[in-house]
Amino acid sequence: MNNLKEKLIGNGFFLIALSTLSVLALITVFILIEGVPVIAKVGLFNFIFGMKWAPSQGAFGIFPMIVGSVSVTVGAALLGVPTAICCSIFLTEFAPPAVSKIVRPAIQLLAGIPSVVYGFWGLTFIVPAIRNFLGGPGLSVLAGSIILAIMILPTIVSISEVSILALPRQYKEGSLALGATHWQTIRSVLLPAAKSGIMTSVILGMGRAIGETMAVIMVLGNAVALPKSILDPARTLTTNIGIEMGYASGEHQQALFATGIVLLVIIMLLNSAAQLIVQRGRD
Amino acid sequence: MCALIFSMCLLSACGNKTKAGIIVAGSTSVQPFAEALAEEYMHLNPGTLIDIQGGGSSAGVMAAKSDTANVGMSSRELTTEEKSLWYVEIAKDGLAVIIHPKNPIANLTMEQIRGIYTAEISNWGELGGSNSSIHVITREEGSGTRSAFESLVMGGAEITPKAMVQDSNGAVRQLVEDDPAAIGFISLGLVNDKVKALEMEGIAASRENIINGSYRLSRPFLFVTHTEPEGDTKKFIDFTLSAEGQRLLAAEGLITTGKES
Repeated sequence: MNNLKEKLIGNGFFLIALSTLSVLALITVFILIEGVPVIAKVGLFNFIFGMKWAPSQGAFGIFPMIVGSVSVTVGAALLGVPTAICCSIFLTEFAPPAVSKIVRPAIQLLAGIPSVVYGFWGLTFIVPAIRNFLGGPGLSVLAGSIILAIMILPTIVSISEVSILALPRQYKEGSLALGATHWQTIRSVLLPAAKSGIMTSVILGMGRAIGETMAVIMVLGNAVALPKSILDPARTLTTNIGIEMGYASGEHQQALFATGIVLLVIIMLLNSAAQLIVQRGRD
Repeated sequence: MCALIFSMCLLSACGNKTKAGIIVAGSTSVQPFAEALAEEYMHLNPGTLIDIQGGGSSAGVMAAKSDTANVGMSSRELTTEEKSLWYVEIAKDGLAVIIHPKNPIANLTMEQIRGIYTAEISNWGELGGSNSSIHVITREEGSGTRSAFESLVMGGAEITPKAMVQDSNGAVRQLVEDDPAAIGFISLGLVNDKVKALEMEGIAASRENIINGSYRLSRPFLFVTHTEPEGDTKKFIDFTLSAEGQRLLAAEGLITTGKES
């Protein structure tokens, strides 16, 4: 009797787990069904490397958006990753408990701010600042990178911090006992040992950046041309969907789903890379 | 999702038919004004249900033609083929080309605006303004305001891909408010004192000039029905065209023909 109950409960949980998976399958299949016809019609190469996006004229090239996504994500990583890693080193190695008790939840709080608030703040503070001090229209790759750099901080800080804290005490003690200073220990022992965790945090942070939509729509300018400098406006894959879905119909709508396919593939690649690094780190 | 939305539309359509309601569908530019009209109409005629749906001008005309909706809304002229349906202009909407109030330029020709939007003219200096590059702002593909601008101003020429794209009248106005080098276009009813509406070939963007036809950037807002309207549909359209309905539309910022006063 008891055995049966256990089995039922086990199977029940299995069914629930399966239902989450089926949602993923449902979404993937749906995006593919909607998006593939357009890719087939335009040709995969022309779709990905096409320079012109003008759905009303039947031109569906998303290369400028791929460049846009990559450039804001790389920009966000350049600004955000060093800051975040320094922050996690501070929290694990330097901060007195009283300070880290305030700083840690404060950084986690950043993750709880809705992205539309980031976008609005960027539009009212960062965009005018860029326009006044650096020139250009203000809505730019730089503005998007700054906003995203802040948004990915909590992800990178918390995962990096956990991976440094998870290191065996002996690493640090051994290094200090050999006469290395605190900084030398951090630089040559702790950071290399926590490398896989830190790399994972960076990749997950970039995944977050490349998928962000709302905040980016507001500060990026959404122009469909290739950005020539970081002060030019640009459009990412996500904002292409976000800004045009309102009125899109027919082939135009399908092309937006096709944009979603490309995005899905990029994010899957990033996540697989993160998994791979975690596994290599364990071996 | 399409199927889901479609079936939901169908369901709501059935639901309303039994209550002798009116379904109005189409242009999202006309939608807010139709909603204001419907609200007032339902207030005056309790028991009548009016359901306003979006979808775009073409979808609205199609819906009227296929009887999916009692009334279709269009924010563009009908094509010759579509003109076989019954239609009436409920008001006009003006399109204003706006710049920052500090920009010294007050008047441009259609040619010059086209030049700016094709990126042939890229500096305000070329137009007699200060020496700074022009920040061109447009609406997203598929927007009715954009297609109106394209047909009224661009004449087949393509809007430069370098133009920044915003997805609402409000967002365009906000950017122009903030950026002295920006230019954009919005519904005339939404122009406020923080932006400057350009004169077009010396003619101010005003209600009078749109009614007398001298200011050319305007588009009609149409109600379309399959056949001559009757019953509740006719009552609602009559209300829209009555002095009261027209006053309401004018108060919401549209250009009415002046019958309401």
